[in-house]
Amino acid sequence: MARNPARNFSIKRLPGFATIAMLSFFILYLPIATLVVYAFNAGTSIAAWEGLSLRWFLSAWQNQQVIDASIRSLQIASVAAIIATACATLAALATTRTTPYRGLTFKYSLLNSPLLVPEIVTAVALLILFSRIKVWTGYSGLGYLIAAHSAFCVPFAYLPIRARLENMDLSLERAAADLYATPFKTFRYVTLPLLWPGILAGLMLAFVISLDDVVITEFVKSGGQDTLPTYMLGQLRRVVTPEMNAISTVFLMLSLAIVTVFFFISRNPQKDDP
Amino acid sequence: MHGIKKWFGNFQAVDDVSLEIRPNEFFTLLGPSGCGKTTLLRMIAGFELPSEGSIRLDGAEIASLLPNQRPVNTVFQNYALFPHLSVAENIGFGLKMLGQPKAKIAAAVAEMLKLVHLEGRGNDPVTQLSGGQQQRVALARALAPRPKVLLLDEPLSALDLKLRKSMQIELKRLQSETGITFVFVTHDQEEALTMSDRIAVMSHGTVRQVGEPWEIYDRPAERFVADFIGDTNFLDVDVVAIEGERARVRLASGAEIPATFPADIRPEGRVSIVIRPEHARAVAPSPAAPLAGTVHDVVYLGTDTHLHVRLADDKTFLVRQQNARSGPCGFAVGDSVGIELSDDVAQILRD
Repeated sequence: MARNPARNFSIKRLPGFATIAMLSFFILYLPIATLVVYAFNAGTSIAAWEGLSLRWFLSAWQNQQVIDASIRSLQIASVAAIIATACATLAALATTRTTPYRGLTFKYSLLNSPLLVPEIVTAVALLILFSRIKVWTGYSGLGYLIAAHSAFCVPFAYLPIRARLENMDLSLERAAADLYATPFKTFRYVTLPLLWPGILAGLMLAFVISLDDVVITEFVKSGGQDTLPTYMLGQLRRVVTPEMNAISTVFLMLSLAIVTVFFFISRNPQKDDP
Repeated sequence: MHGIKKWFGNFQAVDDVSLEIRPNEFFTLLGPSGCGKTTLLRMIAGFELPSEGSIRLDGAEIASLLPNQRPVNTVFQNYALFPHLSVAENIGFGLKMLGQPKAKIAAAVAEMLKLVHLEGRGNDPVTQLSGGQQQRVALARALAPRPKVLLLDEPLSALDLKLRKSMQIELKRLQSETGITFVFVTHDQEEALTMSDRIAVMSHGTVRQVGEPWEIYDRPAERFVADFIGDTNFLDVDVVAIEGERARVRLASGAEIPATFPADIRPEGRVSIVIRPEHARAVAPSPAAPLAGTVHDVVYLGTDTHLHVRLADDKTFLVRQQNARSGPCGFAVGDSVGIELSDDVAQILRD
């Protein structure tokens, strides 16, 4: 059997590759591993080990501020992820199911610009805009945070949905049209079912991104609107106890769980296609 | 179909094509890739709009209708089965979109599964089927709504040779059982000859010749058609006389033979004729043979032997001898041979 010549070259065999790779992983994950380990520390130090205990998890669980911030984070992330994904789905459909025209690339960059614009710039801009609106309307609820989060989550939700649409065989939609499906029915019975994994992936990505945000939230939030990340940031300025480690660990697990689901959904998108 | 033209930018994909496809006919558009046959098919399906011209179905103009408004279904080259639906849901898709009641859809699906020999596979995901089975599901899906015309876009090209042969017979059977008009696109001349009632040979966006398979093969109207289909010998000859539907032509050797010609021309002077290799026989040199030459190659092919004979004017003439008996064919390189022709096998080409 003829071997694929491309297979004979492997980057793995370059000298020093393995060493550098291991070192990179070590630097990336050692701090996180340390953080997780000290979450189970029985003492009050985050540097000196005093035995195994779950007391910091318990203390976080009983901390009303932590609970409030967590609930607020989840509320904002859920609503923002749904809004962002809905917008991203429409945007992805509009930018892929069309014949290429002048300005399409410009629209791509417009959609993705939140990924490139420094977050602090967006944060300051939103702070100024929202403070005006707050004065005019007198409203100071969670709506501002939700609006801000929805906006910067759109490109994250957009990417997997667009990728899915671009990989989709266009002849499937053509076949549906050929079989008497109106454009709406084609979308309802063919495009949408095939797009679901992309939409779910976008939804989860947006959820995680929103959950994790500090900079924009810090600038946009009103008093008493701490999310979990901004609450933690506030606490770190004072006393640092392993309670932070415990909260971070739970947070990490939640993110990992979502990323794992995301991975399994996006892993076998169209491999079953004929 | 009348006066169809299609431009993509400056490129003219289809140039003034007029065709009449008859009811219940197995009609093939045959041509090399890029000849416009698929574009033509896509215009019948409604995926492309003609730049000019009209497409009528049973007298009704359909050229500007959307694909879902035409009683025409397509079998796609890559099948385009819906991967998220089962075999039965795929087959029933068209009827469901037409708003048929569930019971009627189920009955039609069962009938289709039987027609394509996939009984009992209705609940399988289409992704679990082999290439040949997916092909049959694609056929059943397109046939289930009983379209007036079924379009087939090189549907057999992804199958291996053996499967392709059996699907050719299967397609022909389906066509006669359903009585639906099939319009089949292929670049495979053998496929076209095997299945078609009539063939349109296309090249560079135009239809070169329309006819029954034997007409296309034995009476090619021009060099492109003769060359594209099968092996061919071209000879330059002089027209001596026209006698009704035959012309008498004089070969380079001086021998005169009758030749047919396309109805729309009156041949005169120097013309080209074609003679198929199997219509010639190599014999011992004899003054009675219209052609003579020297064997310069003998190719044994099992069923046939190909003799490459160099004629007096240095042109090569291919003779296909059927190996009716076992053993070598009896001619060797360097032999002088005469070439006899069967009756009425020469065809004059339009320039």
